[in-house]
Amino acid sequence: MKRGTPATKRRLLSAKGISHLLDRLAAAIRRRNRRIGDLALVGIKRRGVPLAKRLAERLGGGVPVGAVDITLYRDDLRLVAETPIVRGSELGFDINGRIVILVDDVIFTGRTVRAALAELLDYGRPRAIQLAVLVDRGHRELPIAPDFTGRLVKTRRDDIVDILLSETDGRDEVTLTRR
Amino acid sequence: MNFPHRHLLGIEQLSRDEIVTVLDLARKFREVLDRPIPVVPALRGKTVINLFFEPSTRTATSFTLAASRLSCQCVNFSLAASSTRKGESLLDTCRNIEAMRVDGLVIRHAVPGAPHFLARHLRAFIVNAGDGAHEHPTQALLDAFTLRERFGDLSGLKVLIVGDIAHSRVARSNILCLTRLGARVYVCGPPTLIPPGIEQLGCEVFYRLDRILREVNVVNMLRLQTERMAAGMLPSTREYRQLYGLTRERLAGLDPATVIIHPGPVNWGVEMDYDVAELPQALIMNQVKNGVAVRMAVLYLLAGGQEEAT
Repeated sequence: MKRGTPATKRRLLSAKGISHLLDRLAAAIRRRNRRIGDLALVGIKRRGVPLAKRLAERLGGGVPVGAVDITLYRDDLRLVAETPIVRGSELGFDINGRIVILVDDVIFTGRTVRAALAELLDYGRPRAIQLAVLVDRGHRELPIAPDFTGRLVKTRRDDIVDILLSETDGRDEVTLTRR
Repeated sequence: MNFPHRHLLGIEQLSRDEIVTVLDLARKFREVLDRPIPVVPALRGKTVINLFFEPSTRTATSFTLAASRLSCQCVNFSLAASSTRKGESLLDTCRNIEAMRVDGLVIRHAVPGAPHFLARHLRAFIVNAGDGAHEHPTQALLDAFTLRERFGDLSGLKVLIVGDIAHSRVARSNILCLTRLGARVYVCGPPTLIPPGIEQLGCEVFYRLDRILREVNVVNMLRLQTERMAAGMLPSTREYRQLYGLTRERLAGLDPATVIIHPGPVNWGVEMDYDVAELPQALIMNQVKNGVAVRMAVLYLLAGGQEEAT
């Protein structure tokens, strides 16, 4: 944080706003994928997982939900000071031949998604992988674009976008902090 | 993550929480081993060398596999071709290896403290894969992992270690590891093979197997090194089997809930009758499998995330 310039924090989405965006994401996913039975949702740990579960509820039809932890696929191990915590992946279904919707809370550089794609492909050969995110904050460093975006937010590179979800943080809210 | 060590030299240096950190992480790697492609790129670009100055198949292979499952390159330094035969000192050998841009050394050596000595002089991380009769930390960790998989929490669990306690690094590391995790450890063996003062590690000593065998939840049968016979410490393997072996007769009286483990390789018919291999409570193959996951956790903690040494 720069000295003398206090951080400003602004609310981007309320609980209601998040819920509304999830409704729209689910509708868009259904429009593009007529056969719900072929779908599987995979959340990226940690906050992609509760979002994937909420989308699955909205989609209905018992769409299976899994989780990937990309820690072991990161490309920045030697850059981070402390060894990242490995939380473990849980895919309780066969992804071969399925259409997998990868779900994350925010897309930023695209490196997390890159790692998640590499990991998913080690589990098998899905028919297709699509990407759904609640917030796209720009600043991509890789040629990766979401198929389904809840909200596009203009940010500066050093802004912080915080996604709070009741499952992990006790309440639903999205905020942007400018430094 | 709670693991502030650059090397894994022994269980002695690890707190209870640090042991739990390794074991919890190993559980995540255990899941990786069950994937269709059991390889993750976590340690891509890292290199470790297996330096085994004592023969070993299982441990060396397990470390090699653990490294390759993490996309870490692993080179085996062959004992026969080693330059120590040409009179090069251990430190020189290791310095030369390190000069070839190696991140870590996995070392097994007959001299206790050899890994500790190297850790003081090299920049690479060191994993002790057995130093004389001193420590074999990854074996103790994989045993604890296997027991946690079966029993959950180990506090209050009664574990009996049977055999040559005096010459066993497995016994030493196991006693340290299990007592730190809250288990109660008993050792049993012929008086010639029980070192005086072993109680100070926090275990209780028995000389008659039948007095304690039925009281415990876990029996860890150590391999009887046949060299001990030559040294006159034991009259015969037959007598050893009668007094300290898990014989068919002893198995008959054993509660089927009692778990049997062994660090391998087993001398069938000496410390255990072959009948044990067929028993569902014998977790020897689980130990082998879990060994890879535990070593992945150790390599990940030591090689991962640390800034490049300059």
